[in-house]
Amino acid sequence: MLRSVRKGAKYQRALSASSPIFPGSGLNEDQLVWQDAAQKWGAAELGPFSAEWDAKCHYPIDVIKSSAEQGFLGLYTSEDVGGMGLSRLETSIVVEALSEHCVPTTAMMTIHNMVSWMIDVNGTPEQREEYCPRLTSGEIIGSYCLTEPGSGSDASALATTCVRDGDDYVLNGSKCFISGAGVHDLYAVMVRTDPATKGPKGISCVLIPKDTPGLSFGADETKMGWKSHPTKVLIMENCRVPVSNLLGVEGKGFNIAMSGLNGGRVNIASCSLGGAQKAMLAAKEHLGVRKAFGKTLDSQQYLQYKMAELATQLVTSRLMVRHAAAAIDQKDPAAASLCAMAKLHATDNCSEVANGCLQMFGGYGYLKDYPCEQIVRDLRVHSILEGANEVMRLIISRQLLSE
Amino acid sequence: MVRVAVGVKRVIDYAVKIRVKPDGSGVVKDSVKHSMNPFCEIAVEEAVRLKEKKIAKEIVAFTIGPKQCSETLRTALAMGCDRGVHVNVPQLDALTPLQISKMSAKIAETEAADLLIMGKLAIDGDYGQTAAMTAAILDWPQATNLYSLQHNGDNATVEREIDGGLETNEIKTPAVLSVDLRINQPRYATLPNIMKAKKKKVKALKPADLGVDVAPTLTVVKIAEPPTREAGEIVEDVDALIGKLKDAGRI
Repeated sequence: MLRSVRKGAKYQRALSASSPIFPGSGLNEDQLVWQDAAQKWGAAELGPFSAEWDAKCHYPIDVIKSSAEQGFLGLYTSEDVGGMGLSRLETSIVVEALSEHCVPTTAMMTIHNMVSWMIDVNGTPEQREEYCPRLTSGEIIGSYCLTEPGSGSDASALATTCVRDGDDYVLNGSKCFISGAGVHDLYAVMVRTDPATKGPKGISCVLIPKDTPGLSFGADETKMGWKSHPTKVLIMENCRVPVSNLLGVEGKGFNIAMSGLNGGRVNIASCSLGGAQKAMLAAKEHLGVRKAFGKTLDSQQYLQYKMAELATQLVTSRLMVRHAAAAIDQKDPAAASLCAMAKLHATDNCSEVANGCLQMFGGYGYLKDYPCEQIVRDLRVHSILEGANEVMRLIISRQLLSE
Repeated sequence: MVRVAVGVKRVIDYAVKIRVKPDGSGVVKDSVKHSMNPFCEIAVEEAVRLKEKKIAKEIVAFTIGPKQCSETLRTALAMGCDRGVHVNVPQLDALTPLQISKMSAKIAETEAADLLIMGKLAIDGDYGQTAAMTAAILDWPQATNLYSLQHNGDNATVEREIDGGLETNEIKTPAVLSVDLRINQPRYATLPNIMKAKKKKVKALKPADLGVDVAPTLTVVKIAEPPTREAGEIVEDVDALIGKLKDAGRI
């Protein structure tokens, strides 16, 4: 506590349990302890620096690696390979708490977590030994590579070729919008191993270490938000990896990618929750301070009601995200569509919350001196990546209308 | 190597806006966030550092209060204490520093502690008495409000901040020490250590086990918010200022 104050963190009043947006609502003692630990670390190590990292496009990879000590780099990876073995619900709670202090850094950590889990669950004993302890300890950081210049939402149309040549695979193609590209150590890349089979069944997942000959990266993209970490094109030109780098079996790559994304969607949605929570707290404080027409803004009925609406959007998002997380934990047969619903609902609603909070600040909301504009910029991409919200509708409606 | 006992107190979190109950009988505590007293966190950190330097062989964290204090103890265990003692007292507010000190002294004895480390004060009561009183009850030397601690296994060299700078003292073990803000930066209770802490042993005690009577000896008559700050006044010169201060009976 004093730690964050001494480090210069913004002194923020703690919400009581009677607040409708209290993030601890409905959580048991253990879950509250995880939440508190994440809050404390995030408030001291992320919060005071988030704006600066955004302004300077500085990637705090050292801070991300230092979070391994806290257990944040293997939240739902198995304990035998250095992970915390937390449930998806506990993971969501931790991610939400961290993202309140820096959305993009937390989001990047969740992508790494997703890659770590994919190898944990689909890897051979050798692969698990080789990669997972190093991922969970932060020695190496992972990136997830599915999207290509020619295929985003139509992910299973991916074209990167992966041809067997003796004991190696030779890869040719490119991936785009890869978070952490060029800096991260390990790339989980979805490739087409069976050119004769279009669609998902011809796809495999291959792990490519950073310094593999034939692997190179494009220039850093200039983005609206998530500015603190690099996003680049990944280029494979006769990139050669041993066949032992195949994750799972040939033809199963798409399944691996999609199963990773269920959790990834809950993670991204959880990041939206944290950003929206920060915006709400800032707006709430502002309304109690700023005066117009002779009284503080929180005396104005319209603004009171608007805050109530935004709070309801935030809390319904939180409930949906936690429900989807619990559905994964319980192996609920509807889990995939629930995760899609959570991602669709939380990302859009939390962006609206952030935008609504920005409006509360009036002209000040437009300035970088105040937190809302960065939150709006950071959250915008959540409705686009890890499955565009349009694709979420596809997933939900397909399951909904099939029976 | 020494055995260290560390006292930790569960208090209202420092970031909470304190509200006085309408009837003036106390402050609102229900649904309000509680945490380990910041100075107790610093005390735990100092104890854990002694263990890392292999000066302390074991750290026992103890707390006095209702069942929710087990959370506070768990944090201490997650920061590196080896085991815990929880003296269950349903109404912590009703206890005085003297009663706490008597219990702390007894725990130091029964746990065979060579060092008893505490925070210099708790941010709710703000008494700052417990460490000194406990030392007196134990008849141990005390060093309070510490800025630094160096222990060689037998004796300690300590510093505290004073107006003119730093005051250095030597103190023998066993001793009671209380820590001040700048002695260290407490570590985080990491998720892995929080998990490990679940397996650490906690002994449950009642005040009677320590031979201490916790019947209230202090009655709180009234709690009120400080008076609302009034507008100030700008005066022309120093003479006018002195005049105003005299009129208000301040000098």
